Amino acid sequence: MTASRLAKGGSAIDRSRPIRFSFDGSTVHGFAGDTIASALLAGDVAVVGRSFKYHRPRGIWGAGVEEPNAMVDVGGSLASAPNIRATTEPARDGLVTRSVNATPTAQTDRNAFLDRFARFIPAAFYYKTFMWPDWHMFEPRIRAMAGLGKVDRDWTSPGIADQINHHCDLLVVGAGPAGLAAAKLAAGAGLSVTLVDDQRKPGGSLAHRAGDVDGKPAATWVAESVAQLAGAGHVILPSTPAFGIYDHNLVGLNQRHFDGRPDTLWRVRPRQIVLATGAIERPLPFANNDLPGIMSADAALVYLRRYAVLVGRRVVVATNNDSAYEVAAALAEAGADVTLVDIRRDGMPDTPAKVRLVKGQALASASGRLRVEGVTLDDGTRLDADCVLVSGGWTPTIHLFGQARGKLAWSEQRAAFLPGDAVDGIAVAGAASGAVSLSEVFASSVNAVASLGETAEPAPRSTGPESTGGISAAWPMPGSKGRIWIDYQNDVTAKDVELAARENFVSVEHLKRYTTLGMATDQGKTSNLPGLALMAAITGRTVPEVGTTTYRPPFTPVPLPSFAGVRVGEMLAPLRRLPLENVHRASGGVFQEYGGWLRPAHYGGGADADRSIQDEALRARQSVALFDGSTLGKIEVIGPKAAEFLDFIYYNTMSTLKPGRCRYGFMLSENGVVFDDGVLVRLDEHRFVVSCSSSHVAAVHARLEEWRQDRFGRGAVYIHNATADMATLTVSGPNARKLVETLELGLSLDDAVLPHMAIGHGSYGGDEVRIARVSFTGDRSYEISIRADRAEPLWAHLRQAGQAFDAVLIGLEALMILRAEKGFIVIGKDTDGTTLPHDLGSDAPRAKRQADYVGRRSLFTDEASRGNRMQLVGLTVPQGEAPLPTGGHGITRIEGRLRSQGFVTSSYQSPTLGRPVALGLIERGGARHGEAIEIQHLGKIRTATIAAPCAFDPAGDRLHA
Amino acid sequence: MQLFPCPFCGPRDESEFHYGGHAGNARPDGAGMPAEGWAGYLYLRPNPKGTAREIWVHMNCGEFFVMERDTVSHTVLSVTTLGGEHAA
Repeated sequence: MTASRLAKGGSAIDRSRPIRFSFDGSTVHGFAGDTIASALLAGDVAVVGRSFKYHRPRGIWGAGVEEPNAMVDVGGSLASAPNIRATTEPARDGLVTRSVNATPTAQTDRNAFLDRFARFIPAAFYYKTFMWPDWHMFEPRIRAMAGLGKVDRDWTSPGIADQINHHCDLLVVGAGPAGLAAAKLAAGAGLSVTLVDDQRKPGGSLAHRAGDVDGKPAATWVAESVAQLAGAGHVILPSTPAFGIYDHNLVGLNQRHFDGRPDTLWRVRPRQIVLATGAIERPLPFANNDLPGIMSADAALVYLRRYAVLVGRRVVVATNNDSAYEVAAALAEAGADVTLVDIRRDGMPDTPAKVRLVKGQALASASGRLRVEGVTLDDGTRLDADCVLVSGGWTPTIHLFGQARGKLAWSEQRAAFLPGDAVDGIAVAGAASGAVSLSEVFASSVNAVASLGETAEPAPRSTGPESTGGISAAWPMPGSKGRIWIDYQNDVTAKDVELAARENFVSVEHLKRYTTLGMATDQGKTSNLPGLALMAAITGRTVPEVGTTTYRPPFTPVPLPSFAGVRVGEMLAPLRRLPLENVHRASGGVFQEYGGWLRPAHYGGGADADRSIQDEALRARQSVALFDGSTLGKIEVIGPKAAEFLDFIYYNTMSTLKPGRCRYGFMLSENGVVFDDGVLVRLDEHRFVVSCSSSHVAAVHARLEEWRQDRFGRGAVYIHNATADMATLTVSGPNARKLVETLELGLSLDDAVLPHMAIGHGSYGGDEVRIARVSFTGDRSYEISIRADRAEPLWAHLRQAGQAFDAVLIGLEALMILRAEKGFIVIGKDTDGTTLPHDLGSDAPRAKRQADYVGRRSLFTDEASRGNRMQLVGLTVPQGEAPLPTGGHGITRIEGRLRSQGFVTSSYQSPTLGRPVALGLIERGGARHGEAIEIQHLGKIRTATIAAPCAFDPAGDRLHA
Repeated sequence: MQLFPCPFCGPRDESEFHYGGHAGNARPDGAGMPAEGWAGYLYLRPNPKGTAREIWVHMNCGEFFVMERDTVSHTVLSVTTLGGEHAA
């Protein structure tokens, strides 16, 4: 028994509430308030995981977010997540935790033998070894061995993570002494403050380091300060790490709940930010410095004072700075046998009572197998130890400052990078700014708040003992004996860094990629600075000359549900829905997504959808079809310059259209390519409706707005997207007029009054309806538009009255057949990003229009006039053959090689014609009607005949029938 | 996430905006425009390091506007609503 729980003390734990959880199959006992790590330590579990590459035994190093070693996969009813830091995860009843990278357990890992081959697998070993003959030969096995925790594939998030947008005057990150002081000062100056901290309780170092503030014990000052802030309505968020600062000082927070709920993502837009993020203790370099039982000295003090865990009985504390002296004193006080080894010979604080001091010595190596058993000093002295606490100095936590593009400045005195030039709206305070003593910390808080332009008083005063900041740098040096770990999590040793330098990966960014130094879940919080100091020493540069890698979010891992929020499942890309969706479903509508709309593909048919589609298309030609065309764009263009505007927007002249009439036309992009097609309705002199393609409404609307605002002016044209306002129900077929007559809409359906391409106004059930004689089927059609919320009775009426005419409901698939029979195109299906209007047979405006319009100049380039452009054609195959494959290429043979001449764009079986119909874009197709062409698809070649696009009723008689 | 000041709505997240091209790319009128000039209007884009003048649209309200911003520091220097300069 070495580590143990003391009978008394522990500010964080509640001894009246014992808890139990499992680790690697064994039961671990703890108290409410414990972390997984503190409970494991209290139970004297030394080996908590295996290292990434060599499967070395690893113990708990730290007590916070910096932890490189103690990661666990967490399962059970409350949580499921891989690679969770045991040091920050609360121990809870019923948790199931497993060590990572270990089989079957961390203690007995069967891949531990790999460490004996360590000399053969240095950094970049994989890159060099598995290049030949082919990396993919080795990849599966290597991947199977790589990685740390395991994702539970069966796990699904218990809910949707909340995402909160939050605004405040000042965001303070870190609720230690510096952050609390800054928050109080800012609150006193009248600012709204949000104070966040990654730990479960505010206080930071004051929760385990000695100190008095304003004459009170630190803990009292913390409690009073928090109560005061909360009482004044400021927001205090514990267990909420700030993981990133993004552009314009957006701060991302991930609030943890620990009760089974997903975490909550906070997007904070503060006017100003104080970073009081503290500092992280570094390891010391000596051989085997990764053995379990070798810990951060400060972490040992955390475990002692917050969790009443004494981490060892025979303890060696090795340090190069003053901060470990309080640790040595506290452990000796708690009953441990403590030897303090300081690399310095003089300038140290007083030696604490009951502590043996060895000065002027560093650790050369540690020994032990599954846990540390002793250390050897530089002079060869051996000390037995069941725990070795090390303090290699403090690295200010300037990650967020770096993410905000803050420049760093090297401090030789502190042996660390400190925040350099100020970043707009961001100030740094406390240990993160290099302050050590409480007096310095509070002074830095005053400076931080003052630097943001706020009055900062009254400042808290430190009235107790204070720590001092003496340090003598102890960086890893090249040529050291033994295996000295720099990065525990990625198994990067000093020799790996030396190897990288030998192979000229001397840039710090290259060093990182070559050796993996500073990667993975801890992102090198303990290892980056020692690594680049070593590189500096190897290459004869200073540490600031080597520089740091780029700081990027996230500072701590963030669960994906936090980022996803509600954007999961159907909410990832919400579909637009028809007003009559439920009615269609009741009629057996089978829905599919078409261009962002959920629409009936066909009605009924069960397993034989194709038969159902064919039946719909056939019956539509025989009598009358009902189709829900509500998705069709209805963008109103209104104003004194509306006609002029539309002339400019459209390829076709639109100002000559008479009120009450419709005209089909193209919209082009400025590069001449057909962007959209559709029917324009002129309601009156200054009012039009652009009826664009269903899936193109947003894009057409944006385009109209752009030209309106850029070219025509806001007072001359108004644009209103009324697509969702109205439902459009289409009646099509030889008996369409008879069926529409039953509606008694109060207008004449006489073709002399309401001919093809005209509109009329009527009413149904007291609501105004608009009837447009527009046809996408080639048959006489009436598009009836009515308020979307009043469409249902009209549809029911059509269905009821339609029974007398054997009316058929048709879905989009049947409509596609009907329009293809007629050679009517769908933009984006029968055209591509090179199709110009004259490729589709629309030559007249190009030839005749003198006024400028969007895309005009592009229709007169060499490319636009090229003789072998692909043109819209029909493609026919003999009766009895299957339809051509959509996407199949028309080919020609040149010296035995195949060359594409275009491709099939639409292809269907036509039930009315009893043969397949197809459309395609084929080179010079317009002049090749009647020619045979070979169509190749997936290696098979068939012969088709080029024809006019329209295969059915080419004279258009049925429009008027 | 940058904050762009929509002239109509005020500061909003950048994800609500679409880029609409660089400002000052005046449309050459007339079919007589030489192909080179037309190609420049269609395809040539500056990619300035530093101050850029760009057209953006706030998708939520439909406002098109000119935004001057620094492509290095991401500082927004100014926004101006489109005037419809050809408007009578």
